[in-house]
Amino acid sequence: MSVLTEGLERLNLRYTTYLLRRNPMFVLGLLIVFALVLCAVLAPLIVPGDPKKIDFKAKHFPPGKDHPFGTNVRGQDIFGQVIYGTRMSLMISTVVVIISLAIGMPTGLIAGYFGGRVDEVIMRATDAFLAFPPMLLPIAIAAALERNLLNGLIAIAVSWFPWYTRILRASVLVTKEELYVESARSMGVRDALIILRHVLPNSISPLLIQASMDMGYAILFAAALSFIGLGAKPTDMEWGRMITSARAEFIDFWWTATFPGLAIFVTVLGFNLIGDGLRDILDPRVRGR
Amino acid sequence: MDKDILLNIKGLKTYFYTFDGVVKAIDGIDLTVYEDETLGIVGETGCGKSVTSLSVLDLVPPPGKIEAGEIWFEGQNLLTKSKKEMREIRGGRISMIFQDPMSSLNPVFTIGDQITAVLRVHQNLDKYQARQRAIKVFHTVRLPDAEQMLTKYPHELSGGMLQRVMIGMALSCQPKLLIADEPTTALDVTIQAQILKLMHDLKHEMRTSILLITHDLGVVAKICQRVAVMYAGAFVEIGDLRVVFQAPKHPYTLGLLRTIPRLGHRRERLDTIKGRVPNLIHPPPGCRFHPRCPQATDICRQRRPVMVKVGAGHQVACHLYPPA
Amino acid sequence: MPPLVQAIDLVKHFPVPGGVVHAVDGVSFSIEEGETVGLVGESGCGKTTVGRTMLNLIYPTAGELHFEGRDIFMLKPRELQTLRRKMAIVFQNPYSSLNPRMKIKDIVAEPLRTHTDLRGEALRERVLELLDQVGLTKQHLLRYPHEFSGGQRQRIAIARALALKPKFIVFDEPTSALDVSVQAQVLNLIGDLQRELGLTYFFISHNLSVVEHIADRIMIMYLGKIAEIGTRENIFDHPLHPYTQALLSAIPLVDPDQTKQAILLVGDIPSPVNPPAGCRFHTRCPLAVPACQEKVPQLKEMSPGHWVACPYTTPPQML
Repeated sequence: MSVLTEGLERLNLRYTTYLLRRNPMFVLGLLIVFALVLCAVLAPLIVPGDPKKIDFKAKHFPPGKDHPFGTNVRGQDIFGQVIYGTRMSLMISTVVVIISLAIGMPTGLIAGYFGGRVDEVIMRATDAFLAFPPMLLPIAIAAALERNLLNGLIAIAVSWFPWYTRILRASVLVTKEELYVESARSMGVRDALIILRHVLPNSISPLLIQASMDMGYAILFAAALSFIGLGAKPTDMEWGRMITSARAEFIDFWWTATFPGLAIFVTVLGFNLIGDGLRDILDPRVRGR
Repeated sequence: MDKDILLNIKGLKTYFYTFDGVVKAIDGIDLTVYEDETLGIVGETGCGKSVTSLSVLDLVPPPGKIEAGEIWFEGQNLLTKSKKEMREIRGGRISMIFQDPMSSLNPVFTIGDQITAVLRVHQNLDKYQARQRAIKVFHTVRLPDAEQMLTKYPHELSGGMLQRVMIGMALSCQPKLLIADEPTTALDVTIQAQILKLMHDLKHEMRTSILLITHDLGVVAKICQRVAVMYAGAFVEIGDLRVVFQAPKHPYTLGLLRTIPRLGHRRERLDTIKGRVPNLIHPPPGCRFHPRCPQATDICRQRRPVMVKVGAGHQVACHLYPPA
Repeated sequence: MPPLVQAIDLVKHFPVPGGVVHAVDGVSFSIEEGETVGLVGESGCGKTTVGRTMLNLIYPTAGELHFEGRDIFMLKPRELQTLRRKMAIVFQNPYSSLNPRMKIKDIVAEPLRTHTDLRGEALRERVLELLDQVGLTKQHLLRYPHEFSGGQRQRIAIARALALKPKFIVFDEPTSALDVSVQAQVLNLIGDLQRELGLTYFFISHNLSVVEHIADRIMIMYLGKIAEIGTRENIFDHPLHPYTQALLSAIPLVDPDQTKQAILLVGDIPSPVNPPAGCRFHTRCPLAVPACQEKVPQLKEMSPGHWVACPYTTPPQML
C-alpha cells in the first residue's frame, strides 16, 4: 500500500505543470496533435454526410455555409475529406516512424554497443542508403513495388531508418562509457540486459526527439509520393492525394489545394513543436536538477 | 594591520532565481582584502565561495543576480560600474584564474594568440610589442621554450603548464588583485606544489594580492596569510592563518579541521560533522550551522549571529561569542 | 595461508593513434585476506587500469591475477560468473556510477537479480537490509539518484557492492568527488563495514592522507610501474623511493607552522605513450645519475615487507 502512495508522489504534478508552463510551444504542439487525433476518431460525428459522395451539381463550390472548405471537381466536400484525411495521415505517420524505429533502433544499438566488425558492416550499409538524395530512394522503391499506399510507406521507412541508426549509435557510443554500465559489467550482467536496462533508456532521447518530429515529415513525404502518383490511390482521402488531384484546378479554384495543404502544414507544425519541446524537457532534466 | 585596504566587500547578497525557489547563495557578507596579502576563502561545495569571486567581477551567470551590497576597489564601488568599465577592470586591475585551465582557453587559438589578445586589450601594444611582452610573461612563469610556446595549442600542453599560462595571462597586466578559484584542484599533487610555489614567488615579485578560493585546507595553510571560512552563504570565521587553524573558535571550523585525515596524525575513525550542507532555498532559521552544531542552543535557532571581533585580526560569527 | 589476491607481472598496453599507452608495465603484488592495500599515484600512473583489471573489466596484455589461487583470466565464463559474486567494485564518480533512470531499489537489487533467485518480497527485504547497512532507509527505495547528495550516492554504490556478500572490494577513488565533511562519513562507513563483515579492500586513491588513514599496506605507482611497496609505517615514516619522498613532501600540511619545503620535481609527468627509458622517474628525479636512463630498476626488499625500485635510495629528511 505504501508503495502505491510513494508511487503517486513520484508523479510530481508540480514539476509537470512547471514544465508545461515553461514550454508553451510544446503545449501548443500537444494540443494540435490531440485535436488531430480527435478529428480522426470522431470524424463521423464532425462531418455531416458522406465526404466521398460525388455530386457533380456541387462541383467547385467555393467555401461557404454548407461546405466550409468548398468542394472539389467531383462535388465532394473538401472539409469532410480533410477531416477524414487525418485518419490516413496519422496512420501514415505512425506506420512510417514505427517501421523506421523497428529497423533503426536495433541496428543503432548493436552497432554502437558492440563496435568493431559489426559496427563497420552496419555503418557501411547505412552509408549506402544515405548516399541517395532523400526523396530519390523512396520514389525508386515505391516505383519498383506494387503501387499502393502501404508500399509507399515501406519505401519511406526503409529509406529513413539509417538516420535513426546513426542517431542512436551516436548516443550509445557515449552512454556505453558511463560508469553505471561498467558497474553492471563488473557484476556480470549479460550484454543483452545491459543494453536494455542501462544503455537504451539513457541514450534514446535524441532519437525520440527526432522521431516525434518525423511524424510530421512522414506525412510530407507521403504527400510528395502521392503528388507524383506513387503511394495513395486517387480515390483515397489523403491530403497529398488531394493536392495532386487539384493540381490543374487549383489556379482557378484555390480552395481545392489550399485546405489540404494547410492541414499538412498544421500537422507538421504540431509534431515539430512536440519534438522541440521534448528536446527542452528531456535534456535539463537528465542533467540533474 | 597597517596595510592598506585593497578590496572591501560590504553586505553582499547574490541570489539565484531557480525553479525550486530563490537560492540565497550569498546572504550578506563582509570581507576585506588588504594590499600585498594572500587571503584564502575556504569552504565546501555550495558554500558560496565561487559566487563571491564571480560577484566581484560581475561574472555571475543567470539566473543569478547581485541583490545588494557594495564592493569597494580603488575608491570606487564596482557594483555601480558599467559593463564597459568592468571589462577594463577585468584582466587589467583584477584578474581571475579558474580551476580547469583547459576549459578557460579556446582550443582553436594558439597560446600566443590568446595571451597577446589580453595584452593588447588592456595595454596599447602593437602586435610585435605584445609578442615580446608575452615571451617575457612566459619567462616569469617559468615556462620553458617561451618562443615555442607561442605557437602551441592548448591541447598540446599539460594541465600544469596550462595553469602557468593562465597565471601568466592573469598577471601580465600587473593587476592589484588576483582571484584564483581552485587553481590547483585539478592538478596532481606534485604539480600543485610547483604551481603554489610559483604563485607565492610571483606575488612577492609583483606585490599582487591574491584571493584564493579552495576547499583544501592544506593549500590554504601553505600560502595564505589570512583565511575566511565560509558556510552556507556566509562567513563564519575570518582571521590570521595561525590563529584560525590553531585556535579556531567557530564550531564549523573546528569540525572541519578535525574531520580531514591529516598526514602524520593517524586515527581509528575520523571525526564527522553530523548532517549535511543545508538547502540554500530554505536555509535553517537563525544560524545556518545550528542543525549540525554540537554546541547549538536556543538562540542559535532563532537569530543569525553577527561577526564579532574576538582578537587581533580575528572575527567569528557565533552566538558563543556575542557582541560585547 | 596463500594471499587472497595475487597479481603477477600485469601488463596492459592500449593502442592509440600515434603509439601505445604503457598504462601498466609489469606490476606484481599480493593482498592478504582481511587487509586493506592502498594504491597511490598521480595521473597516468596506471592505478585505475590496475583496479579495472582486478575485476576482469579489462583484459590484460600479459600477466596473471590469482584470486583464491586461480588465475581469473583463465576462467571459463561460468566460473567467472561465480567469481563475480566474491568481488565488487565501487567507482569514483557517484554521479555517473548509478543509472540515472533506475530507482534505488533496482540499482541495489541488480546484482541480486543477476546471480540469485531472490525475487519479490524476499528481494525487497534483502535490499532494505543492505540500505540499512549503509545508513539509508526504506523511504529511499523508490527515489532516483539525482535526488541524493554525493555522499548518499556513494553509500548506495557501496550497498550495491555488498549485495552478494563479496569477500573483496576494489574502491576506485571513492571519496575524491566528495566534500571533506562527507568524505569522513563515507570513510568511516567503509572502515566499519570492513570490521563487521571481514572484508578485504583494495583502495585506489591519489590522496595520500586518505590512504594513510585507511590502508595497512601501500603501493606507490609511477607511469605504469611500482616504485615502492610497504606498510603504512614504512611508507609514511620511512619513504625510500625519491618519488615517494617527493610525493609526501608535496602534500600541503594543514599546519600553518609547516616548515617542510616541498621537494620540487622538475617538469611535468611524462606521457605514458612514450615513457622514459630506464627508470621512468629519472627525468624528474633529484637523485638521477646517467645509469638511471639505462637500467630499469627492479623492486628490492630493503626491510621485511618494504620493497623499493631504486638502487640509489637515501634515507629521507625528517618530514
